[in-house]
Amino acid sequence: MALTSQHARAATVAAVAGLIALPYAGVADFYLSYLYVVFFWIALATSWGILSGYSGYWSFGHAAFFGAGAYTTATLAGRWGVPFLLTIPAAAGIAAALALGIGWVVFRINTLRAEFFALLTLSVTYVLAAVISNTPIDGGGGVYLSNVAIPQLGTTVPGAIYLLGLALAFTALAVSRRILRSRLGAGLLAIHDDEDVAEVKGVPTLHYKLVAFAISSAIAGAAGAIQAAYVGYVTVGETFSITVPLYVVLMSILGGARHWAGPAIGAALITVALSLFVGGGHAELGRAGVALALVVVILVLPEGIAPSLLGRFARRRNSAPVAAPTPATASEPGNVVVMKLPAVHAAAGRPLLTCRAVAKSFGGIRALQGVDLQVEEGEILALVGPNGSGKSTLINMISGHFPLSSGSIELHGASIDGLAPHEVARRGIARTYQIPRLFNHLTVLENVRLCAFFGGAPDAAGESPDALALRWLAFTGLEAKAHVLPPALNLHERKFVELARALAARPRLLLLDEVLCGLTPTEVDHAIAMIRKIRAGGTTIVFVEHLMRAVVALADRIAVLDQGTLLALGLPRETMQDPRVVGAYLGAAHAA
Amino acid sequence: MGLTLLAQSAIGGLLLGGIYGLLALGLSLSWGLLRLVNLSHFALAFLGAYLTYQLGTQFGIAPWLSALVVVPAFFVAGMALHALFVRFQVSEFASMLVTFGITILIESLIQWLWSADYRRFESGYAQASLRIGPLFVPVLELAAFACAALLAVAAWAGLNRTLLGKALRAAAHDGPIAAAFGINATRLSYLLAGLCAASAGIAGVFIALTSTLAPSQIEAWIGVVFAVVIIGGLARPLGALAAGCLIGISESVTMAAVNPAWAPLVAFSILIVLLLWRPRWL
Repeated sequence: MALTSQHARAATVAAVAGLIALPYAGVADFYLSYLYVVFFWIALATSWGILSGYSGYWSFGHAAFFGAGAYTTATLAGRWGVPFLLTIPAAAGIAAALALGIGWVVFRINTLRAEFFALLTLSVTYVLAAVISNTPIDGGGGVYLSNVAIPQLGTTVPGAIYLLGLALAFTALAVSRRILRSRLGAGLLAIHDDEDVAEVKGVPTLHYKLVAFAISSAIAGAAGAIQAAYVGYVTVGETFSITVPLYVVLMSILGGARHWAGPAIGAALITVALSLFVGGGHAELGRAGVALALVVVILVLPEGIAPSLLGRFARRRNSAPVAAPTPATASEPGNVVVMKLPAVHAAAGRPLLTCRAVAKSFGGIRALQGVDLQVEEGEILALVGPNGSGKSTLINMISGHFPLSSGSIELHGASIDGLAPHEVARRGIARTYQIPRLFNHLTVLENVRLCAFFGGAPDAAGESPDALALRWLAFTGLEAKAHVLPPALNLHERKFVELARALAARPRLLLLDEVLCGLTPTEVDHAIAMIRKIRAGGTTIVFVEHLMRAVVALADRIAVLDQGTLLALGLPRETMQDPRVVGAYLGAAHAA
Repeated sequence: MGLTLLAQSAIGGLLLGGIYGLLALGLSLSWGLLRLVNLSHFALAFLGAYLTYQLGTQFGIAPWLSALVVVPAFFVAGMALHALFVRFQVSEFASMLVTFGITILIESLIQWLWSADYRRFESGYAQASLRIGPLFVPVLELAAFACAALLAVAAWAGLNRTLLGKALRAAAHDGPIAAAFGINATRLSYLLAGLCAASAGIAGVFIALTSTLAPSQIEAWIGVVFAVVIIGGLARPLGALAAGCLIGISESVTMAAVNPAWAPLVAFSILIVLLLWRPRWL
């Protein structure tokens, strides 16, 4: 494995060196310009993928950022005589600033769906085009850059532009690859699958989307700067045409938008295909051909070329050396597991979580009306009540999913209400969902690892997210499914992946929302044993449950909710015999 | 600026808003009820406009007669397109990309058949206008507005007052549950897709009569009309019409009072302000 990656690195270095040498080896300008166009589209498509491919927020406004870059260079170099090379970072900066401004507006709208984002970015293109053509930036007549001196870097001007294009394409690919393998990339992929859950698991979604948008746009801006020098004359019509978003979207889909190399593969294929048409003098036909390809690819190959190609490659590589994974002994919940105590561990009996007069209204419906509740460090508290009594709402309030209408929530005496869900997660609160909400395009292991990455405080013992994820998969008996995608799991397994995800976040407080519902009696026994083990490791647990057997077996105390108020709170037996509780469950007649 | 000029531009904007509303109607319904974002709606409308133009200038056929040909043909075309979506189970997002591709295809077709030059359909009614005091109301635009209002009210009544419309809304809200109650969602969706395309045909006839045609004009409408759709609220016919009027009047008054070149900014500024303010109906 190490050998192949070394080989790959050597091959990359050799290829790049070869490409750099081309203009110095006397290759004709025509070919250099041709290759520049390929590099230009590779850079543009790859930059688009950084936000849109990874996070699923598809931008149709890439032309706006590309155009902002082109006009920055046109203004700085063409009108004010700033040296051309200096305008490239300026163009990148302006484009990134524009993206941050737009992102700041649109990403903070929680209800904004991906389609709105696509249309809004498309709109921005038209707005920017109108502004530029109506102001002295362009004035409607276009800007000439013929007087701009382009440093020749020891070759010809086309050679220098070729080198700049090469550098930009290489940078874009390196940045995109680096991001995909970092926390940022993991977070973006999670946002793609389920943004709300990503946020609850500790991904700072707003911050990540903004960063990705800025990086993506900066590269597009730099591409605009170089392209302005290449064409020598920029016009609003050409710069802000629909061609740019059309091509980058198609290139990315064709190649595979969720892989760092996908957009580049698509870009190379399409640019070459187009040049064949243009060479024959049928530019319009080429455009129609690209459009037709877009339609066919989305209908037939929605995941793109790269994933299926790489999938085949990976299968071949996997089938040879690795023996079939040993079937996990799933019957006994991980006897090897030793829970690490959380970093901050106070003596038992101190309140960990304090809810004061927590109230929540949805329009006219008062889901919670003033709930006071304390959860002691190290206890297991069951939250029971009839359907619609506000149990899940309370869980959602604690995890930061909904803002409070009034009241306060404190963790270890520090207020956590009003914090973004990812901040709540960072402070050590993890939750599961009643209906499992897994990231469907990430494997089981990746799902759990992501939560280890983002949840809780950094582990003092320095256990890597990978090790942590594997440990909790073993605990829940899911090692054999580590490399399976969630849609292939049954309900029981999906629930346990939910649990493993929550545990991997190293929570101080674990909120379980009906983890047992829908399980068979044996599976329930198994799960009860598991929850006991989790508490034994020092985690405080609040769980919502309808299954009384499990409630009595697990809970130290029971809190009963009814119609949004706390009806009773106390030891299990006494609380369940409280006439008011019986009344709430079975009706007044039985309570008497 | 005189009050008369202001009122005149407001009337112009209101009538322009009718065409916005007419285009937005089909988009809003297919987005809200079929979960398909049909970008090719604009291209279809322009194809309809070019057909009307061709039939009128080459064969001398009156626009309202052309409409009798174009509208049923588009109804069928809409159903055919929908068959493609159903066959490949296209998601909401993918539908936008597919129809983006179709838009470019139709645009290329138009450019190939009619060239990229600007075309103007001289129909004879173009100059006709009513006079109300000091104000002029152009007859064609008024007819377009009346037609848009009629269709919007009909769509609203259809969705809220008929069993078929309620079934459509139920199927859009939760397909499997609606199906369990005996609603044949697929058949209804074909009907709605056909009707949406037919409305694009009607819009096309009026576009041919009231504006200058060029393939590149297709893109010019996309941004504004989508702003109208979002402001009006998905699957709300009357909302689309009202939003169309709001945008039309704002644009027109900006043109008269500030500078025509800034008009394209108006729709998006309103949209962005509304998205930030987020009233409940959005």
